[in-house]
Amino acid sequence: MVKYIARRLAYSVIVLFVTSLVVFGLSRAAGDPRHIFLTEYTSQADWDAWGKEYGLDKPFIVQYGIWAGNALRGDFGTSLRDHVNARLVIQERIPATLQLTVGSFVMAIVVGLPLGVMSAIKRGSMLDYVGRSWALLGQALPPYWLGVMMVLLFAVMLNWLPSGRKGDWTHFVLPAVTLGWGAASGMLRLTRSAMLEVLDSEYIKMARAKGVGNNWIIWKHALRNAIIAPLTYSGLLLGGLMTGTVITETVFSWPGLGRLAVQAVYNNDFPVLTGVVLLVTVIYLSVNLLTDVLYAMVDPRIRLN
Amino acid sequence: MIIAVLLFSAIFAQNLTSHDPERAGNLDDNETAPMWQSTGSSKFILGTDHLGRDVLARIIYGTRISLLVGIIVLVLSGAMGTIIGIISGYFGGNIDEALMRLVDITLAVPFILVALVVAVILGNSLNIVVVLLVMFFWTGFARQIRAETLQLKTTDYVAFARSSGASNVRIMYKHILPGVFSTFLVIATLTVGTVILTESILTFLGVGVPGPTPTWGAMISDGRNYLTTGWWMAFFPGIAILLTVLAFNFLGDWLRDELDPKLRQLTQ
Repeated sequence: MVKYIARRLAYSVIVLFVTSLVVFGLSRAAGDPRHIFLTEYTSQADWDAWGKEYGLDKPFIVQYGIWAGNALRGDFGTSLRDHVNARLVIQERIPATLQLTVGSFVMAIVVGLPLGVMSAIKRGSMLDYVGRSWALLGQALPPYWLGVMMVLLFAVMLNWLPSGRKGDWTHFVLPAVTLGWGAASGMLRLTRSAMLEVLDSEYIKMARAKGVGNNWIIWKHALRNAIIAPLTYSGLLLGGLMTGTVITETVFSWPGLGRLAVQAVYNNDFPVLTGVVLLVTVIYLSVNLLTDVLYAMVDPRIRLN
Repeated sequence: MIIAVLLFSAIFAQNLTSHDPERAGNLDDNETAPMWQSTGSSKFILGTDHLGRDVLARIIYGTRISLLVGIIVLVLSGAMGTIIGIISGYFGGNIDEALMRLVDITLAVPFILVALVVAVILGNSLNIVVVLLVMFFWTGFARQIRAETLQLKTTDYVAFARSSGASNVRIMYKHILPGVFSTFLVIATLTVGTVILTESILTFLGVGVPGPTPTWGAMISDGRNYLTTGWWMAFFPGIAILLTVLAFNFLGDWLRDELDPKLRQLTQ
């Protein structure tokens, strides 16, 4: 078990290293960072002094080392737009994104899991039909379009809910549903197929033959074995939702990390952008690591392999 | 059916509509409602956008970009994924380990954010969008083709080819490649919808294909600002994406069942 966790951890570190190297390489490819400070009063001496100060006279690898060292301490440089440390800009946005992510995650589980189980049990019923249609639509609906259409319906036409920005709980409904819709449909699809597979297995037939009650079979025997796939998926989901916020927050002007990243793109605010990318990567990897560990705990076949 | 309509409209875009999709039309015509509404005009079936451009014409021309991106990305990422998958599965050992870790790493990178970074630095163009999508979508091919290759490797005819002195390259090319082709076709069809969807997301975020080229993602992005006055601007392009993706997914499901029942378990 320890060996398994250690291996997964090492692998996460490698991914983070590669991502940071790519981000850093791209940032240097963008041009000399000194150009940002360049004014008509800049002398050659200033230029060289900056070079020394930021370590630009050193080889690429050393420069990367300096940058990565600072990034590890949470220092991504100064935001080009707000002229404060990018970390402060980013920190301010974390709670909003967290709120949105958790909200839609809960929605995905509360809607997706039971509906998936039900549509597997009552195969071919009306409920199954609804579940499958949702799953199909969830795969094919462009998430940003769904958001825009919900604004159109609930904010513009019916005037029930506000169309964006943060405020009381009513502001939260549309973004969370937009973000959670696809996730719920994925959860539903996965739970349904896992349940169907388990319900078809020999030991369920055995249990039925023994005369075990139907409810007992479903909730005790079948769901416990079918839950592994949705569990793994929920880890991936949480990571996926983090990137999904980029879209949802843009549609609803939700003041979180995703919108910050898009704004940073428009403002060419590189320190903030790299900060967000690295932060999201770290969260994403941590969640995946956690899922893998949970997964290994639930399913002995994984950790012994 | 839908796919046939799509292909048809992509190829014959000029013949289907007399409106210019890129240049602003008569500004007097801007924000005309679809023809069945009282303020609509029979000249513009699905209405016009804020610059007086015909929505239907832009959707029809937008089909080109979507299908073009979808097909190019699939061909390139499919080729890359297939080659890597076959090599990985055929040789096994360290090569396999290294290539499969590469797949894991690619999948662990938050794609949309990295795409944003790239767009800031290199600017946005059709080429960059294609390269980005290829860099991401080859992984699906590589995984499945590898699994398929592992099975084919143990068949008698591969063993026979090897014992009769065929080189590795020859075996992979002559004996394994044809065997994985149906898998390739199924994954390609199942992926094309996702590729089109992802391209439209990038364009919507402003890092995809730049304007004034008509793309579905950009139409929704523009139309979003005119929701109160002209809902049709954002509504119809979304329907186009939805139907396209659904159509390709259905085709993919059908192909999978027809060609290879084994794959059912793998992809579901």
